[in-house]
Amino acid sequence: MDNVDLKLFNKIEALNPDINTCMACGLCTATCTAGNFTDMSFRKIILMLQRGKDKEAIELVKKCMMCGKCMMICSRGINTRNILLSITRIYNEEQNI
Amino acid sequence: MNEYRILIIGGGPAGMETAYQLKNLGLNPVIIERNDKLGGHLAQWDRLFPSSDSAETLLEKLKDQTKDIEKKLNAKISNITKEGNIFHVTLSNGIKYDAAAIVICTGFDLFKAEKKQEYGYGIYNNVITNAELEDYFKTHNDKRIDEPKRIGFVHCVGSRDVKVNNTYCSKVCCATALKQACEIKDEFPYADVYCFYMDLRMFGKGYEDLYLKAQKDFDIKCVRGRVCEVSENIEGKLVIKAEDTLLGTPMKMTLDLLVLMCGMEKSKSSNEIQKMLNINNNEDGFIETRDNFSGLNLTKEKGVFVAGACTSPKTLPDTIAEARAAAMEVFNYLKVNGQPSLVQ
Ligand code: SF4
Ligand code: SF4
Ligand code: SF4
Repeated sequence: MDNVDLKLFNKIEALNPDINTCMACGLCTATCTAGNFTDMSFRKIILMLQRGKDKEAIELVKKCMMCGKCMMICSRGINTRNILLSITRIYNEEQNI
Repeated sequence: MNEYRILIIGGGPAGMETAYQLKNLGLNPVIIERNDKLGGHLAQWDRLFPSSDSAETLLEKLKDQTKDIEKKLNAKISNITKEGNIFHVTLSNGIKYDAAAIVICTGFDLFKAEKKQEYGYGIYNNVITNAELEDYFKTHNDKRIDEPKRIGFVHCVGSRDVKVNNTYCSKVCCATALKQACEIKDEFPYADVYCFYMDLRMFGKGYEDLYLKAQKDFDIKCVRGRVCEVSENIEGKLVIKAEDTLLGTPMKMTLDLLVLMCGMEKSKSSNEIQKMLNINNNEDGFIETRDNFSGLNLTKEKGVFVAGACTSPKTLPDTIAEARAAAMEVFNYLKVNGQPSLVQ
């Protein structure tokens, strides 16, 4: 953890402060449409970003079907949709630089 | 006339213990209870965590302590007015009291399981609540509990959940779940018993030992993940979905019986009294206390005191300790404010 690069996480966090309120209950993952046939897990995306594992996080985000079920169920009321959208947008912006 | 009454609203453990201590301090309490008997939720319970002690033994002790204290059962408060430091109280049956102090001991209501629709309580026969399981232990009369081979306990039902507007932890249900898990395993030794938890809050004396006992002696399996939904398959068995978060994989499991650990909510009777006495809610919706440290038995209204789970979820030892503290607060207040027999 000493050398992790949290630039992407910090940007997403600035836009979505609720990203830090996840308590890893697993409801988003248990209910996830994409999770039925992929390793998609919204909870893990947050964790990967917090640990600077951006590439792994992006790979998971690509599997999201934007169905919104995770937002309906989240124990902490996290705006999962906004977070997923900001990850894609910020990541794409950085790729284009 | 130099003796005013101390009105105890609620005849559960908090009310009974407060009344007993007030009487010991030389005061004259009266317990107002809306039900036809004393005891509150304790009277519905069979055994108590962490060591499965008999609930009835504690109840009988508390009752015995209050045997010489006036009680009004089946009674509600219909009106309260204040004149100086004295409360004029009228009950639903017309009886009136002049009280020098009021202690609110209105306890909690259990979260209504049907509000979490995704758990299917009231829809699927084999989904029951913690209170119903406790009743089964007492009476052994519940057709839904019929030699279950696989049993699940769902923690945090109605607690720690913004979707039902209760973000607090109910404090007692982790220990209750493990206690009930051991007890049901004891009854059905061939059953596999699973507890679905997010954090195991085993903070009190003897609770961690209960956790260890559940693992070591009863083979209770604790799975870290919140249950997301419950359905029924064609054989009529329950199917639950969760994420096994320690493995990081979604899981499905078939069960014969599912027990929902319903948490605590502020009681409806608290609402009624709060309105009459103009007392606010705290951020969790329970009765607000004067502060969070040394004013836990006080409200913003002079002469109005609180004890027990009406201010936040509490264990029984906490409740009894608070009841004793509340009695002392009342005594100190009256020494300064108006019980003529105490003013020296
Ligand atoms: S929006 Fe994406 S992450 Fe959320 S449940 Fe649907 S597929 Fe899964
Ligand atoms: S449902 Fe919400 S709190 Fe629970 S793991 Fe997913 S993001 Fe975190
Ligand atoms: S005590 Fe345990 S089961 Fe009850 S609300 Fe707290 S964490 Fe959940």
